[in-house]
Parts: sequence; structure tokens; C-alpha cells
Amino acid sequence: MPRIFSSISKLDLTLAGFVALACFALTAGAVESVGQDVVAWWVWPLALFVTCFFLGIVAVPSGVGGGVLFVPIVGGFFPFHLDFVRGAGLLVALASALAAGPSLLRGGLANLRLALPLAVLASASSIVGAMVGLAIPANIVQIALGITILGIVILMSMAKKSELPEVPAPDRLSSALSMNGIFHDAARNQKINWHVHRTPLGLMLFLGIGFLAGMFGMGAGWANVPVLNLLMGAPLKVSAGTSSFILTLVDSSAAWIYLNKGAVLAMIAVPSIIGMMMGATIGARLLHVLKASVVRKMVITLLLFAGVRALLKGLGIWL
Amino acid sequence: MKENSHISVEQQRYATLLSWGGRSGLAILIVSFFAYVLGWLPAYVALDQLPNVWTLPVDEYLKQTDSPTGWAWLGRLGEGDFAGLFGIAWLSGATLVCLLAVMPIYAKRRDFVFVIICIVALLVQVLAASGMLHSGH
Repeated sequence: MPRIFSSISKLDLTLAGFVALACFALTAGAVESVGQDVVAWWVWPLALFVTCFFLGIVAVPSGVGGGVLFVPIVGGFFPFHLDFVRGAGLLVALASALAAGPSLLRGGLANLRLALPLAVLASASSIVGAMVGLAIPANIVQIALGITILGIVILMSMAKKSELPEVPAPDRLSSALSMNGIFHDAARNQKINWHVHRTPLGLMLFLGIGFLAGMFGMGAGWANVPVLNLLMGAPLKVSAGTSSFILTLVDSSAAWIYLNKGAVLAMIAVPSIIGMMMGATIGARLLHVLKASVVRKMVITLLLFAGVRALLKGLGIWL
Repeated sequence: MKENSHISVEQQRYATLLSWGGRSGLAILIVSFFAYVLGWLPAYVALDQLPNVWTLPVDEYLKQTDSPTGWAWLGRLGEGDFAGLFGIAWLSGATLVCLLAVMPIYAKRRDFVFVIICIVALLVQVLAASGMLHSGH
């Protein structure tokens, strides 16, 4: 381990990251309230890059996708209209999923046969979600976003995980589609055979997940993983890997709707993507230094704050 | 035995193409963005005017800037704002190539259910990309 990390406690590093993130978010909010006319145009993409860099760092150890942090935080504390934030949010989630997807597929942690049927339904509904999200007034989307984020906070605080869920027998649909596989668990140094059950209900839930992903411009890993792991019984690592891969299909179909509608601005999307990907690279390297449970609690707190902010902004109470 | 020998051929092909698509898209995105902000490519909406319009809902933004929608941006790739969209479209379209590439493997194995699933997935992506679906405030 590098000497610099050994002299700094895990908590210090986590706190420093959190404080820096909060500072950038609050600075952005403060500058916004002072007035945009006094701020040079380049301050915003730079602030966006730095914020996304820190979001990327905490996204990896906390186990949430960058997209779910991006939309409420940038939507709440930056001056961009929510339409452009959601377009950029989808691309942030898509770029992260594209970066991770190939190695997950090659390592067997994402499974094509499990992902494709679920992704087809979720991508179709994400198109509908994107169209609905762009059609309804921004304050309604803000309120719905706030409620959804607060729901995610509850889900993250309460949801359990099952490393290797017990699946007595695969259901007929998953058998017919051969939604099963083998993955090599490096931690146990063994190959694990898995199959899934409750596939029809899983497919129905993915319809809803796709809709939310398209509507709010968020990656939907927070919902994909519990459905794959707790409902359908896929091993936790396969669930996380397959979820990331599903996002490549779901987010790309919703991203097309935002792109065609003109709701993607390169000035907002590109610094966000680059910042998030660079931060995620650092976050992955700091996995052994940062204490995941502490980071997770801080991210939940951050999301709670962002969710309340989105709700109050939508209600016109805290503009 | 190789560690990934249990990974299907179609999954490996999909992974390879997705990797190329993602990396090349990101490279295009970064190059075009720096060309945009450093002024090597002219901006359609002046950079110092952006803070006045990115606060607007997308419909209002389009009206005020007279920006193109749908695929019309392809004709304006010489401008920095739209050059960046090329990389974004490339990233969004990366999965299309992957789906096309795995279909022959499923067909050869007579796994027609997955051929159909791939076709439906492709149609969903093409429909989304077509610009035929409209919505607005």
C-alpha cells in the first residue's frame, strides 16, 4: 500500500471525500443563488467535472451507480435545467456501464442469457419513461424524483443481500430460456452453478425499473440488483455484474430519446462522463483503503439530502 | 483449463465488440469536447451565452437557440456543440453492433428464441434512435 495511504486513516479519507463533495455541491448552490451573470461559463463544466470526480470515487465503494447520485445532486445544486441533467445522467450511467460491461461478461459475472430478456423489456419501457419525463412539467418530475430518491434511501438502508441465494428449482420460463450459468468465485476459489426462479415477476418488475430509469435519467442498479438477487435468486456477484450490463441496453435506448429531443448538451454531459469515469477509477483503487460501510452510510445521507432538496425544489419551497 | 472457458462464444464476442465500442466512443467524446472548448471548432451557441440558456426547459432552449433536433445535428458536425453529440451517439449505438454480431451464433445453434430476443432488442434500439418518437412539455 502506498505510504501516503498508510499514514491517513480510512475514516479521514472518507470524511475528506465527503466534505469535498458536499463543499462542491454547496458552492455550486451558493454560486447559483448569487446569480449566473457574475460567473464565467467555464466555471460550471469545471465544477461539474470536480463534483462528478468525487461522486465517482464514492460511487464504487458504496455500491451505487454514479447515475443515481448524479441526477439529484447536479439537478439540485447546479443551474442546469432538469431536462439536460437527466440526459447527461443517462450518459454518465451508460458510459460507466460500457466501461465495466466487457470485463464483467468475460469474467462470467454478467450473463447474456439472463440479461437479454430482462433488458429488452426494460429498454422498451425506458423509452416510454423518457418520453413521459420529457412531456410532464419539470416541477412534477422534481417531486417524483425526490420521492423516488427517498425510496432508494429506504431501500438502501433496509435491503438485505444474499451472496448465494437458494433456488430450489428454476421456473419453466427460465428453464426454457436457459437463464443459468457458471461463474468462478475468486474469493471461494470455486465454480458456482446458478439458475433463477420467479422469472415472470422479475420481467414485470424490470418493466417498471426501465420506466424509472428513462424518466429520471438514472442508472437503475439500485433496483436491478435486489430484483435479480433477492427475487430471482441469482448470486450477488452475478446480479451486480448483470445489472451493470443491462444498463448498457436500457440507458442507450432512453439516451436516444433525449438525444433526438435535443436534451443532451455536450457541455454538461462530457465533463460529467469524464469526471465520473476518472473518479470511479480512483474509487476502485481506494476500495481497500476506504471502509465501504462508512462510505455507504455517507452516500445514503447525501442521497437523503439530495432527495429532500429535489422534493422541496419541486414543491417550490426551496428553489 | 482456462478460467473463462465456461463463457459462451457469443458472450465473448459481445464483450469484445462492446469494449471496442465503449473505448472508441469515449475517445471521440474527449477529442471532440476539447476541440469544442478550446475553440478549434466553432460553437453553434456561443460558449459565454450557454449559462443563459441551459437553465431553460429543452423546448424553450430549442426555440431560443434554433437548435436542430432528431438527426439534423449530423449535418452540423463541424460545430463543437454537435461534434460532441457524435461521440454520444456512438456510445449509445455500441450495443446495436454487439446484438447484430451475436445473432448468427444463436442462429447457427438453432437457438431461435434468442435470435428473436436479439431482433426485438435491435428493433427497440432502432425505434429509439430513429427520432420517430416525439414528446415535449
